[in-house]
Amino acid sequence: MSKPQDFDSKAYWNATLRLLIITLVIWFIVSFGAGILFRDALDGIHLGGYPLGFWFAQQGSIYVFVALIFWYARRMGKIDREHDVHED
Amino acid sequence: MDLKTLTYIVVGLSFALYIGVAIWARAGTTKEFYIAGGGVHPVVNGMATAADWMSAASFISMAGLIAFLGYGGSVYLMGWTGGYVLLAVLLAPYLRKFGKFTVPEFIGDRYYSDAARIVAVICLIFISFTYVAGQMRGVGIVFSRFLEVDITTGLLVGMGLVFFYAVLGGMKGITYTQVAQYCVLIFAYTIPAVFISLQLTGNPLPQLGLGSSVGDVGFLTKLDGVVTDLGFAKYTSGDKSMIDVFAITLALMAGTAGLPHVIVRFFTVPKVSDARISAGWALVFIAILYTTAPAVGAMARYNLHTTVNSALATGGDVFAPEASLEGESRPGWMKRWEATGLIMWEDKNGDGRIQYYNEKSKDEAFLTKADAAGWKGNELGSKGKDGSFDGKVDRDIMVLANPEIAGLPNWVIALIAAGGIAAALSTAAGLLLVISSSISHDLLKGIFARNISEKSELMAGRVAAAVAVLVAGYLGYNPPGFVAEVVAFAFGLACASLFPTIVLGIFNKKMNKEGAIAGMLTGLIFTMAYIVYFKGIFIEPMAANEAANWLFGISPEGIGVVGALLNVTVAYLVGKATAPCPDHIQHLVEDIRYPRGAGTAQAH
Repeated sequence: MSKPQDFDSKAYWNATLRLLIITLVIWFIVSFGAGILFRDALDGIHLGGYPLGFWFAQQGSIYVFVALIFWYARRMGKIDREHDVHED
Repeated sequence: MDLKTLTYIVVGLSFALYIGVAIWARAGTTKEFYIAGGGVHPVVNGMATAADWMSAASFISMAGLIAFLGYGGSVYLMGWTGGYVLLAVLLAPYLRKFGKFTVPEFIGDRYYSDAARIVAVICLIFISFTYVAGQMRGVGIVFSRFLEVDITTGLLVGMGLVFFYAVLGGMKGITYTQVAQYCVLIFAYTIPAVFISLQLTGNPLPQLGLGSSVGDVGFLTKLDGVVTDLGFAKYTSGDKSMIDVFAITLALMAGTAGLPHVIVRFFTVPKVSDARISAGWALVFIAILYTTAPAVGAMARYNLHTTVNSALATGGDVFAPEASLEGESRPGWMKRWEATGLIMWEDKNGDGRIQYYNEKSKDEAFLTKADAAGWKGNELGSKGKDGSFDGKVDRDIMVLANPEIAGLPNWVIALIAAGGIAAALSTAAGLLLVISSSISHDLLKGIFARNISEKSELMAGRVAAAVAVLVAGYLGYNPPGFVAEVVAFAFGLACASLFPTIVLGIFNKKMNKEGAIAGMLTGLIFTMAYIVYFKGIFIEPMAANEAANWLFGISPEGIGVVGALLNVTVAYLVGKATAPCPDHIQHLVEDIRYPRGAGTAQAH
């Protein structure tokens, strides 16, 4: 049940943190970046009838959040298996 | 069949469903009472989390807020969804691995301190009670408006129902009734939205309808034209400053991730990997409502303006006398909702017609023209506290009266009533449960009566839940001034107190109890003081709540972010100056960082 003998906790944790940072960077870009900080610039571009910055703020960021969590969960699952700390 | 009978039938059927589910899912052990036995499927948990999370505010108020704030409403959309990313990557899997029943229990064990646990219980109780008072009020209001009973009766029925399934069923009962409530509320929310989108834009998907066209111009462009023609700010812009939008969004996100009733839902799934995936499912179910809400808001705003001023839709002269709606021929929904005070017409210029516009517009040319047309001020608003005219139409009407504004059939209106009640009840039940478990499990079993038997603890949990229902009912009946400020308060406090302390506990294994307690108290007290200073809860506000007075231009809604930064800074400084974290706790932290070995949550 407990951790295997040769479990390299440092390498596992570093891999986890790397993925966490990538995830949070994307999280930040689609909401605070596209929806708030760079909204004015993006609003010049249109997605259908939506100004792009407005779309990110009221629609796009939410879609990306959903996809992002599933992607993160899958990548974490892979890291768990590589380090042999996954659950059965 | 008339509307009232139909509403009674639809609401009655939904109640029968919840009661049936509650009887089927009774709790027999503390494990079932606190975490539903720990075997909830991640998709089911995701759906229950969505209902738990989406409160009366999400269902009734949010679309209306967006309708009147336009782009500014984005803070709620991003803030109340982005928190799930934080939950999935920073909190849920690690707390699940830790494998206990409550949030204060994690804080108490991780920081090897009963004092830390008690501080966490205080934060939790404060956050949850402010929040639950608003829910009970919401139940009462929906009852009184749709079923024409008084608020007290509505409140009592709601309390009785929550009592039944939260007290008997505990987390297990709540989980499965929340699944049923999610189905009711999402159906009730999306059906009118689909009809309205179809009517206005020809596209049945509201998410696409908002981005499509009316005639030959884009709907949003058209709406921008409509609101600016009446002197309002452009819909797709907004009037909040960028730093404030930034801070509010971040405070709502971190606050979401720090709300105890949301966090404990992730204790109920069987595995650590399920906790990650379950956060994704929760957000899928939430996103269905949250991506629909901007369309509901924008379309309701459009319908309201074009109903009151017929020239707006056709592009005619909005100042022409015949463009304004004749008061006598105002639609039936307006007359019906006037009875509730949510909407009110006051004929200021005595022309018998309704002029609805922004009398405080920054557009001087517009005001000059309005003046020349004989408009003597905005005439459409709501009934203020003292019964006089208040120049703001109540935001809630955008969802509550939406089906009537769009001329949809009675069964859709009845659905809205059932949906609003479902949203309020599901959140109230989740909140009441974390309150009762923090009392029976953290205070009694954890600190003051460590050797009570499981049976007595379960009984104590039920008694605590029953008492919490009564207190919540009282707060709903007799709302303290702060119910309207619940959002700022509950989220700000969660963001500044619990969230940073839990994250530090996982990601900084050297953080000690002195640092954590000092940080939590700093975040809590600073945020509470700032909100009270500007919003005045129990006392008169000490300064006008306006941008010039705010710290860094951040409003009380967003101040939790500063509170969280203070929490972390103080925690680090105090942590450096005091005894280091013991080795066995550092091992505990290392242990929660990888998934293997996470049995279902244990009591001891």
